Amino acid sequence: MAELKGEKKEYRTTVDGLPVKEFYRPEDLQEAEVDPGLPGEYPYTRNIRPDGYRGRLWTMRQYAGFATVEETNKRYKYLYQQGQTGFSVAFHLPTQEGYDSDHPLAAGEVGRCGVAIDSLQDMEELWDGIPLAEVSTSMTINATAPVLLAMYAAAAEKQGASIDQLAGTVQNDILKEYIARNTYIFGPAPSMRLVTDLCAYCAENMPRWNPISISGYHLREAGATAAQEAAFTLADGITYVEAMLNRGLDVDSFAPRFTFFFAAYTNILEEVAKYRALRAAWAKIMKERFGAKNPRSMMMRFHVQTDGFTLTGQQPLNNIVRVTLQALAAVLGGAQSLHTNSFDEALSLPSEQAVQVALRTQQIIAHESGVADTTDPLGGSYCVETLTGRLEEEIDRYLQAIDDMGGALEAIKRGYIQREISRSAYDYQMAVDSGEQVVVGVNRFTSAEPHAITPLEIDESVEQKQVARLRKLREERDNGSVRKALDEVRKTAGTEENIMPALITAVKSYATVGEISDALRDVFGEYREPNII
Amino acid sequence: MADKRIKVLIAKPGLDGHDRGAKVLAQGLRDAGMEVIYLGLRLSPEEIAESSIQEDVDVIGLSCLSGAHMALFPKTVKLVREKTDKDVIFLGGGIIPEKDIPKLKEAGMTEIFGPGTPISQITRLIREKVK
Repeated sequence: MAELKGEKKEYRTTVDGLPVKEFYRPEDLQEAEVDPGLPGEYPYTRNIRPDGYRGRLWTMRQYAGFATVEETNKRYKYLYQQGQTGFSVAFHLPTQEGYDSDHPLAAGEVGRCGVAIDSLQDMEELWDGIPLAEVSTSMTINATAPVLLAMYAAAAEKQGASIDQLAGTVQNDILKEYIARNTYIFGPAPSMRLVTDLCAYCAENMPRWNPISISGYHLREAGATAAQEAAFTLADGITYVEAMLNRGLDVDSFAPRFTFFFAAYTNILEEVAKYRALRAAWAKIMKERFGAKNPRSMMMRFHVQTDGFTLTGQQPLNNIVRVTLQALAAVLGGAQSLHTNSFDEALSLPSEQAVQVALRTQQIIAHESGVADTTDPLGGSYCVETLTGRLEEEIDRYLQAIDDMGGALEAIKRGYIQREISRSAYDYQMAVDSGEQVVVGVNRFTSAEPHAITPLEIDESVEQKQVARLRKLREERDNGSVRKALDEVRKTAGTEENIMPALITAVKSYATVGEISDALRDVFGEYREPNII
Repeated sequence: MADKRIKVLIAKPGLDGHDRGAKVLAQGLRDAGMEVIYLGLRLSPEEIAESSIQEDVDVIGLSCLSGAHMALFPKTVKLVREKTDKDVIFLGGGIIPEKDIPKLKEAGMTEIFGPGTPISQITRLIREKVK
């Protein structure tokens, strides 16, 4: 393919990103009326705590899961031995979308992009040898989050833990599913009910659990700019807070446990500015819009994943460099938790060698680079402070537009958010195809040799193995209890009662993800989003 | 192709929800003057085949990033070939290991386009192959 040398027409952080000056001066800060304050001080632009990573290093939390629980349990133990400090569960698509491994739509999908979990039996075996009372676990699960949290809690109880000891997070962010990620099952109204049922249940019963991880990562992956990623996520956050308030809960009773999840792109300057702008914007929203009194309601805590879309299938070792820059951005930006992608990201799920390098990237930044030894080290930089202020303005602009539409749910219904993202994605593709945006190894500095990477393979026998296990479970369990439990789920779904207790009973009877989801489908129906380009 | 625009159907079979590439390509092909039907996601091979026949498309583009392509792409090809003699072009994209590409081509896929493919490359191939 011909090497492209597109001309840079103007300097921006990213395609459609912020314009960047040749150099910044103190006057830029005065003009922008920047006053970032101090770490630990409202609005927390510089960090939510003055001691930063000295007080608490970020959690090294590698998203992992594939094939069946045996392989995944082994990988989790490997990652822990290699020094990760938190778990992060990737479920295969059938579990995420409420199908059992033997459902027709699950054909070919079993164990492919996450671990196959059909029942509590699988969940128990997933954590074999791992004491849930002592670890922190994040589960990337949304439409079926209440079911999987019920399973996790039940598995922990079986180990002898009490659920109020459990530390972790469920993603439980359905709005971004409608916008970008697409693993929703039900329509917006019943889905919001499930989301807030889970949050309310945790506020009462699981004080160490983060019941939601309001996500911008997937919006960024779908093509959003940094400003859009930030603004649309906060718009979703506002909608969730409002939904909880509409249940009669006091904002300070749940907001301290709300968390967020963002991408880390390769442009370090813009990413650091983004995280700083986000902290300030959310703090002001919580204080001014919602009247929060507890400072912890105003302190944004977030997980970061380095951006998968930026990683290439061509010259995969280059991805190690990209991930390093992105991880550095996350750390300079003060993330509480971090996943670093593996260099084989564009080829397959991570091999053991690749994920080790990804983890080492975090460890080297933590222990050899010095950037974790002082809080918000880029604070005061003429460039970063100016970009922070500019991003906060962009965020406010978008939030105003969404407010005028009636909020995030309405904006999603109208397709506004989806179209903004889709347009940015197309702009980016045009910039790459013209050569204006250089992607090393793809449109410049290419090479003809194929890569020497052996990608991880998921054997076809995984599906047969899982289906066999599932069928055996269905024969051996007490199907009378299962039927009764599913009836109770349906009944509760039809009332305004919190769904969680009925789900916990159902998972303990070894009802499956598919069966419980079908019971909910019986009451809520299934949703099909219109195609919006 | 003087009078009739090339008609392309783009769809995501199976459970995978990563639709950025499929949507960007749909826009790109439209900008190149083709008629594009974006069928969406969470579709069965049967649904895709049915719509393709109804719409009498020239090209079917399938996208899958979840690893289920071997179960879904050949099946879709087979269902379409059963229902029509028209020489429909089958294109695939997503996360598809290199070792699977020969098998997919044997099963009737015309070409597989992985990450990093410029839209112009796809447009060129379509114009070459569609008579």
